[in-house]
Amino acid sequence: MTKTTNILKVAFRALGRNKLRSLLTALGIIIGVACVVATIGIGEGARLQAENNLRSLGTNFLMVFPGTMTSGGARMGMGTSSKLSEDDVEAIRREVGSVAYVSAAIRTAAQTIYGNQNWSTSIQGGEVDWPLIRSWNLSSGQFFTDADNKAASKVCVLGNTVATNLFGSEDPIGKTIRIKNIPFKVVGVLEPKGGSTMGQDQDDVIIAPYQTVRKKIMGTTAVGSILASAASNDMVPRAQEEITALLRQRHKISRGQDDDFMIRSQTEMLQQAEEQSRTMSALLWSIAGVSLLVGGIGIMNIMLVSVTERTREIGVRMAIGAKGSDIRAQFLVEAVVLAIAGGAIGIGVGIGIQKLVARFAGWPVSVEANAISLAFVFSALVGITFGFYPALKASQLDPIEALRYE
Amino acid sequence: MSRPVIRIEELTRIYTMGESEVRALDGVSIDVEPGEFVAIMGPSGSGKSTFMNIVGCLDRPTAGRYALDGVDVSGLDRDARAEIRNDKIGFVFQNFNLLSRTNALENVELPLLYSKKSKLTDAEARSRALSCLKRVGLEDRWDHTSAQLSGGQQQRVAIARSLVNDPAILLADEPTGNLDSRTSVEVMAIFQELNEEGKTIVLITHEHDISEHAKRVVTFRDGKILSDVPIEHRRHAGRPAGRKAS
Repeated sequence: MTKTTNILKVAFRALGRNKLRSLLTALGIIIGVACVVATIGIGEGARLQAENNLRSLGTNFLMVFPGTMTSGGARMGMGTSSKLSEDDVEAIRREVGSVAYVSAAIRTAAQTIYGNQNWSTSIQGGEVDWPLIRSWNLSSGQFFTDADNKAASKVCVLGNTVATNLFGSEDPIGKTIRIKNIPFKVVGVLEPKGGSTMGQDQDDVIIAPYQTVRKKIMGTTAVGSILASAASNDMVPRAQEEITALLRQRHKISRGQDDDFMIRSQTEMLQQAEEQSRTMSALLWSIAGVSLLVGGIGIMNIMLVSVTERTREIGVRMAIGAKGSDIRAQFLVEAVVLAIAGGAIGIGVGIGIQKLVARFAGWPVSVEANAISLAFVFSALVGITFGFYPALKASQLDPIEALRYE
Repeated sequence: MSRPVIRIEELTRIYTMGESEVRALDGVSIDVEPGEFVAIMGPSGSGKSTFMNIVGCLDRPTAGRYALDGVDVSGLDRDARAEIRNDKIGFVFQNFNLLSRTNALENVELPLLYSKKSKLTDAEARSRALSCLKRVGLEDRWDHTSAQLSGGQQQRVAIARSLVNDPAILLADEPTGNLDSRTSVEVMAIFQELNEEGKTIVLITHEHDISEHAKRVVTFRDGKILSDVPIEHRRHAGRPAGRKAS
């Protein structure tokens, strides 16, 4: 029989003899490895999801918000200034060459009714460029026209969720729904887009002409925000600079004064999302590190107990010719088998956690092969590190003393 | 084969315990020829255990020379002594010292695992271990664990284990100390058979009845050899017919 297979056999037998003890000892490793696997998986899933969502905002997407208003030295927070105007939108459309599409936008929430169904949803006002900016196609019907917008026509396009909830299997095109009791004619239905980074349903929305929403539903004069799309990905920073320059000029902001608006690009939002998942990862990594350490100490503890319990056995093995290195290998393998078994269970648990989190958060599951190999390497390292001292201690026993041990 | 299996010259072993020194062995010289069956006797503290540890290469002498099977082993380090023990010495202990929850065959195979010389296949190791079990009449109990065997049977498995590497000497330390008188006789019968087949045996005991199964008795006292005489009226522990006493 080869030495390796025998050592493994003896290790499994020794661990199997105290199943509960082995399991409890491995618990630290199980938690640690589960954390590692879940961390990497969740982090990766969240990153992919954030990327998908931000991509779903539209390519080369830019958004201009009204900025902070300074009132007597106190800054009032984002959105308190309502200085974006329809003229700003026109100016961007006319003067900024790096921007391909631009649309004024405004949003509110309202109750909608069709027949005996009702549904509370988000109403967004946009202009004709809106679907181009958001890269959002229609599954049926048509988007409203510029003429509809100018005339503030009572037409609307439904998000998939709204269409399903109000109409069921009925075709909504040409039907009339009531938004805040105002009748709107449905001209189109958007393709489903799925959940967003924050877990919101992006399809739970109704799009109507900007002017209609502003005048008929909200009765305001302010532009909520400006959506734009740069001509290409490389143009995003330039578009951002040009819009900033234009708006500062139009809003007569002198050098050294703060902008009264804010521009967010898709890239920036992506970075922000990555920042968040990094923070989350750091937290999970530290939990993983601590439990691997605690698990390792547990292994060392139980291996020391095991060496003491099996002193006689060690003596016998030495008497019949086992060298110190044979005994050391025996106990080291036992510690590593324990750690790796814990690691394997931990990988299972980690994948379970990851799937659970992914399901609740609606994230794509990504079981990373390198996460699993990393977990294996980690647990083996813990086994070797913390198994070494007990194994060394066993190998240095004096066979005469060990044989006499009761 | 005129060369002695064991040649010991002026062997001294001193234990240092704090300030005081204990001379456990004090200038012992003895030769054991191939095929001998020597009983080592003496009261506790006489040095026979120390002698046995050194002969078994578990310990090193403080001074003196010890050649085992023609090789000087008195200066070897831990690892080299482990190899010598595996290769040239078969141990039989008072409390059997079989591995618990391990079956008889695996216990007998154990020394082969640590053997440097013989690289046996699984099947070869198994058949070698089985033939050793057969010599002690336990081949049909090969799959019993220690807990499923009686004391006498456990000691016979231990003897099979000591034989598996075909050692130069068998070293039995009080092999009947934990057995009743009838089982003791059975175990001594096996030793006598093995001796008749040519095995050199060194037996440590404090029982006169047991020592009389040997051919020569060496008595220790105070770390020195008190007497070294051949046995005149040797006991024969012929095993009952059938060879399968349990």
